[in-house]
Amino acid sequence: MARQHVTMTVNGDEADFLCETDQTLLSALRDELQLTGTKEGCGTGDCGACSVMLDGRLVCSCLTLAVEVEGKEVETIEGMAQGENLHPLQTKFLEHAALQCGICTPGFLIAARALLEKSPDPTESEVRYWLAGNLCRCTGYHKIVEAVLDAAAEMRGH
Amino acid sequence: MSVSLSYEDKALNVIGTRPIRPDGVDRVTGRARFGADINLPGQIYGRVLRSPHAHAHIKSIDISKAAALPGVKAIVTSDDFDEMPTEYIAVGEMIVNFRDLTRNVIAREKVLYDGHPVVAVAATSDAIARRAVKLIDVEYEILPHVIDVVKAMAPDAPLLHEDQFTQGVEPTPEKPSNIAKRMMFEIGNLDAGFAKADHVVERVYTTKPVHQGYIEPHSSIASYSEDGTVELWTATQGHFVIRAQCARLLNMEISKIKVIATELGGGFGGKNNVYLEPLVIVLSKKCNRPVKMTMSREEEFRATGPGAGGRILVKIGCTKDGKITAADFQIDLQAGAYAGAPLPQATMSAFTRYDIENVRVVGHDVTVNRPKVAAYRAPGAPNAAFGVEGAIDELARAISLDPVDFRLKNAAKEGSKTYYGVTFGPIGFVKTLERVKAHPHYSAPLGPNQGRGVGTGFWFNIGFDTTTSLNVNEDGTITLTIGTVEVAGGGRASLAMMVAEEFGVDAGKVHVSTGDTSQLGFNFVTAGSRGTFAGGIVAVMASRQAIETLKERAAMTWDVAADEVVWEDGHARPASANVGDFEPLSIGDIAKVSNKTGGPISGHAELNVQGAGPGFGAQIVDVEVDRETGRVQVIRHTVIQDAGKAIHPAYVEGQFQGGAVQGIGWALNEEYIYGEDGRLQNPGFLDYRVPVASDVPHIDTEIVEVPNPNHPYGVRGVGEVPIVPPTPAIANAIHDAIGVRFYDLPMSPPKVLKAMKDNGTA
Repeated sequence: MARQHVTMTVNGDEADFLCETDQTLLSALRDELQLTGTKEGCGTGDCGACSVMLDGRLVCSCLTLAVEVEGKEVETIEGMAQGENLHPLQTKFLEHAALQCGICTPGFLIAARALLEKSPDPTESEVRYWLAGNLCRCTGYHKIVEAVLDAAAEMRGH
Repeated sequence: MSVSLSYEDKALNVIGTRPIRPDGVDRVTGRARFGADINLPGQIYGRVLRSPHAHAHIKSIDISKAAALPGVKAIVTSDDFDEMPTEYIAVGEMIVNFRDLTRNVIAREKVLYDGHPVVAVAATSDAIARRAVKLIDVEYEILPHVIDVVKAMAPDAPLLHEDQFTQGVEPTPEKPSNIAKRMMFEIGNLDAGFAKADHVVERVYTTKPVHQGYIEPHSSIASYSEDGTVELWTATQGHFVIRAQCARLLNMEISKIKVIATELGGGFGGKNNVYLEPLVIVLSKKCNRPVKMTMSREEEFRATGPGAGGRILVKIGCTKDGKITAADFQIDLQAGAYAGAPLPQATMSAFTRYDIENVRVVGHDVTVNRPKVAAYRAPGAPNAAFGVEGAIDELARAISLDPVDFRLKNAAKEGSKTYYGVTFGPIGFVKTLERVKAHPHYSAPLGPNQGRGVGTGFWFNIGFDTTTSLNVNEDGTITLTIGTVEVAGGGRASLAMMVAEEFGVDAGKVHVSTGDTSQLGFNFVTAGSRGTFAGGIVAVMASRQAIETLKERAAMTWDVAADEVVWEDGHARPASANVGDFEPLSIGDIAKVSNKTGGPISGHAELNVQGAGPGFGAQIVDVEVDRETGRVQVIRHTVIQDAGKAIHPAYVEGQFQGGAVQGIGWALNEEYIYGEDGRLQNPGFLDYRVPVASDVPHIDTEIVEVPNPNHPYGVRGVGEVPIVPPTPAIANAIHDAIGVRFYDLPMSPPKVLKAMKDNGTA
């Protein structure tokens, strides 16, 4: 079958790619656009490592078809830092040692930013339930939750 | 050159602080390249056809339709691999039976588990490779299978290996069996010991195999050249071991294989051995193109890992004042399809926390129709501890003694001799238990339906072959090339900190990178809690060697003898006023003129590191049991553990917390569900159910520091121990909450609910 041409915006830049109709957004990002910061942990929407924003909504890119993003705006981990400046969540993850192997980190950061945009002053429980769709096998979550709460405080200006 | 590697108690500037890890930014920006992030020009894609049966003869394989599919470039079966005899060959400190390893990479005469690789295909796209796999016809003769360890030990059980006769039994049995090996340690007189006991507890426990659950699937990419060399990028904990295994399996010279370890997205023991690597190399060789292969999560569950589960029999006797008089233990561990369950570790860790006069421990390594087990964080030890620590809690309650006091009465200490012959040097078990008693958590009030339990854990820790190369750059910065892998977090940071401490510079002046197999001598897998310990020793050796050179260069500049120069606070200084009045020279001062004083300045070290310091830990866990659903929620959890010395305390805490939560998963949720047909029914994260953030509380930590005398900074490994205490601690806590004691993992809601209904407390 002929490959489909998809035009979209990724991290503010216009981009386009050719894809199969059954190809996922995750595969298009990684294999067609070479944006490998978004990770595949399961391919079935269970681990959250492939989390991206699609028109401002948090989605698993492994459950989104690439052809669905025609004309839409995708935000990935590669667009999180502004120039040389890390996002406060990125800084806090480093300060709190909230990552060990780091394979889940892009997904956690995208998901956590989505939470803080919606809920700038979350409780610990809110953070834990919001991030329950993101698996981390290294940290036991403690330092991730601390980093998100600390970033939220900093982004509110304390 | 001789270096003193023993512990020195001295003032520290860098060690013990919490700098941001040097390889951190790449991980929060998506820049770090893990296995599946590596791509090569002209690469094609591999896929594996796997057995749908738990046990079957392969009658025939017809690849003709797949080979005819446009875009298919290479197909590999066991015909492409040499037959290997049963022969136990050392790969570093790992003993490998290559007869089994080649069969686990690709099945030969039989398939032995659902998911066993049968054929590998490479094609110009992943979609074509998937289609090709479906076009392969394999004719199987299905055989009876066995999944359960106890059933596999029965004399009439379906037999996996017709040529497997139990080792460790005299005389060797004449009939083959699924029991690959028996192992035993015994000291004292068991009967006499039990005769002195006032109370005896004798119980049977079962633990389930659990997957390591790293989020990054296995991924490998090989580029084989017509000149007979190959480059292999792979997600592994031990690229030198991968190289050695590939060399033997593929009958290649070691020097012709270069393995580059990618950033590792979690391993926990599950990435120490080859799976995809030999397949991508052979595929690449056959089609002259780089071949990339990445496992799906379903393949991970069906065909890699798990950590072993098994059956544990425990009998412990004690006097009425709490002195253990005798302890008997048997563990029957599931090896999976090929022998190799962690028997020594399980048996040798069973009672090692306690000083007991009369002990017998027995272990069996049992083959079943499941994937071959792999190491998983303190392999074998959590199984053993689930039984032993549960029995100890029962004994303490039987004599109305506080369970921590009970352990203190029997705790191993410096000078205690283990039943396997090792006498302990300074260890931190007693101190750890005292800190448990003193911790506010231990005496905090509990609410309704809540209970508290304690469990303890031990791990040997290891050293072994480790190499490193250190260069003082022209501007005075330092580059350390290591052969261990950043397995979890903080490894590079900790090594940079130890080097910085040696040189008297900021940690930021030291850059640590992982070398490929062509750049350094052999390194054992980064496992067993050795990265910071053994890697630290060679990093310190290399640093001291380079510092000696820096002093010589300063001496040359000042025209004094080398022994008239000392290295202090990052500078060469005259050893005394008598030497002369010279301005101190910084590392940068010396480095920038090194070409005028003899050339570049470096240090390196290659050593089979010995002297690992045993690790001991304890955890306090509070649970709340939902009487309507049977769900157990961990509501407070404290980890207290001896780290020897925490180089970067945040990453030591991270090891404690991560291990504890893996233990919570093992205790409460994680389980493989096999159907009657021997097929795995829950090969995905959703149904396998590792803990998520909302399942667990904050994990409090307390680092005990009893220095390891055999490390310059006192380091002990810390990664393994934290997974050991949770399963018994949670079982003990559930008993405290609802009066029901569980002997079978996981303690999942249906089981807990049923138990409460049975005892009328639901």
